[in-house]
Amino acid sequence: MSQEILEQLVASEPTPGEQHFPPFEATAEIEALADERIRHYPESQLSAVLPLLHIVQHHFGFISKEAITWVANKLEVEPIKVTSVVTFYPGFRQHAPGKFHYRVCRTLSCAMGGSYELMDTLCEITGIDRSKLSHHHPIVVSPCGNYSVEFAECLASCGTAPVCLVNDDFHEGVTADKAQALVDSYKP
Amino acid sequence: MSEIQYLPGKEPHPCEHRLIFKNIDRQGWDTSIETYMADGGYDQLKKALTMEPQAITNEVKTSGLRGRGGAGFPTGVKWGFIPPGNTKPVYLICNCDESEPGTFKDRYIVHQDPHQLIEGMVISAFAVGAHTAYIYMREEFPEAAITMEKAIEEARAKGFIGKNINGSGFDLEIWVHRGAAAYICGEETGLIESLEGKRPYPRIKPPYFPAALGLYMAPTIVNNVESLCHVKHILEMGGEEYAKLGVERNTGTRILCVSGDVKNPGYYEVQVGKLTMGELINDVCGGPKDGRKVKAVIPGGSSSKILRADETFKIGRGDDAKEITFWDIQLDFDTLAACGSMAGSGGVIVLDDSRKMSWVLNNINHFYAHESCGQCTPCREGSTWMRKLSDRIVDGSANPEDIQTLEDVAYQIDGKTVCAFGEASSWPVEAIISKFRDELIAETSENNKHLSKEQLQREAYLAQ
Ligand SMILES: Cc1cc2nc3c(=O)[nH]c(=O)nc-3n(C[C@H](O)[C@H](O)[C@H](O)COP(=O)(O)O)c2cc1C
Ligand code: SF4
Ligand code: FES
Repeated sequence: MSQEILEQLVASEPTPGEQHFPPFEATAEIEALADERIRHYPESQLSAVLPLLHIVQHHFGFISKEAITWVANKLEVEPIKVTSVVTFYPGFRQHAPGKFHYRVCRTLSCAMGGSYELMDTLCEITGIDRSKLSHHHPIVVSPCGNYSVEFAECLASCGTAPVCLVNDDFHEGVTADKAQALVDSYKP
Repeated sequence: MSEIQYLPGKEPHPCEHRLIFKNIDRQGWDTSIETYMADGGYDQLKKALTMEPQAITNEVKTSGLRGRGGAGFPTGVKWGFIPPGNTKPVYLICNCDESEPGTFKDRYIVHQDPHQLIEGMVISAFAVGAHTAYIYMREEFPEAAITMEKAIEEARAKGFIGKNINGSGFDLEIWVHRGAAAYICGEETGLIESLEGKRPYPRIKPPYFPAALGLYMAPTIVNNVESLCHVKHILEMGGEEYAKLGVERNTGTRILCVSGDVKNPGYYEVQVGKLTMGELINDVCGGPKDGRKVKAVIPGGSSSKILRADETFKIGRGDDAKEITFWDIQLDFDTLAACGSMAGSGGVIVLDDSRKMSWVLNNINHFYAHESCGQCTPCREGSTWMRKLSDRIVDGSANPEDIQTLEDVAYQIDGKTVCAFGEASSWPVEAIISKFRDELIAETSENNKHLSKEQLQREAYLAQ
């Protein structure tokens, strides 16, 4: 696949979540963070592609085309190598999520514990159209841009099902009746 | 050492034998190196550095330790596969991808006891001659990545990581490498590709056995978090003493993670094979929920073959042959294999009689269809096809023939793929169909027998 076709594939669509993230910029801080990570891989710079993409996503909410170009230049590889990684991993987003991104585990033990009901309730509370959530649209952002939801696969805490992540915070035993309290604990 | 106290409500069950989880939920415990060292932490590392590397490997061989990541391969034997006379750098990778559904043990080590893992890793790296080690951490453990990196810095400040560790002349760097939410990065060669900065497409074995051709095509030892922690305890106890725990060929302790329909789900570190299925479910986990009966159990992560609670199994050969019930299954690698399943990663998922097997199967199929890396056709196409077929069973539009098709697809994947994901995705389908065929067929409508959804729509249109 040519770089051009791939670029069209990963072209970021605007979402209401964007207001919460600064546009991509390779500031001195970002450069320093990246250089520190690259040091961990003396054998091959390319190995730092995941860590660099994590830095980008952490600071800017998602991986934009500009960010891909920056990572590629930083690692002295073709942008297509970075693009192919971004498009593979479910952990990398190409559109901005909400300010609070909910990842609800949908795998067996959590589903048995009621995680699908949790997702339905979260969508209701946050004004997200549940029917939009699908294989092709794994992330849906609320119209106000404050919330987004996504299903996750087994989060390795099946004994305390159902579980979810809100940004980087982990929550266990979140049955649907606890959804409102959870949402309330993250005031936009 | 004073008596260890645990947090209220988190006390270990009396049948437990805690080595690896000794400090999990411990009162007054934290992740700092001071706490760890006040408890005898890093003493085994100091001892190891005075030993011959080969002697450590020999202790691990004697201990009989089998990998806790899934395949149960003897750890000491794996270490011995680094080619003799190797001149390339050797790498050690700790597999903390923990993504097999039903498994939740490594989580507690990397969140609550990071120094135990570091000590195990430095000893193991010294034994195999590695000077660079990576902890491949799943992306969904953001807090653990911070905890581990902080612990690594503390260990470095104390001279347990870095140059000339504890004055021994041995150098080692350990780095945390975060994944990005892909199950296939748990497969060791997929993990290596991911660590090289590429899409995590597993490599074909042979020739790419990591111990010979691993990271950057150099010898690489990949071990699970729990396996690496055991190494510390093997040194502490001596391989021979360690081997007295558990049963023959299935030594030591292991952490069983129980989830699903039991009163007390959770993690339980027990001697391997000393507990039966009945004891685990009824005594340790408090049995099924009130008014419910156990229907089936997935004994070793979602890819292991399901066992029915009313099944009996013929195990052993010759004079040792005997028939046992489901409840009598000893929870070790060999007994579970003899029962046609596997101990896998220790994730035990209990299903009670309120669960429909079509729904369970469909949930599992969604997982594997989502996680196939897409590199080989039988797995990529087959896993999606299986998901679509079970979607139809669940939504009531399947024909009885679809069950047969589903089974056929599974057998077309099994054994025909680059990596063991092929088996991981097809075994649950094969086992659930063969053991619950009648239940599944009952859910397919006889009336719809030869009509697909499209055909039905067409009939309805024509009848207007
Ligand atoms: C599809 C697939 C997923 C796997 N996921 C994991 C995992 O999440 N964690 C793990 O330790 N091993 C996993 N494994 C097993 C690894 O390939 C490897 O055998 C293991 O890390 C070796 O460590 P051990 O010998 O200490 O068990 C997986 C294997 C396959 C085929
Ligand atoms: S079996 Fe599946 S997961 Fe493994 S390499 Fe093939 S497509 Fe990828
Ligand atoms: S199934 Fe949800 S954490 Fe494992």
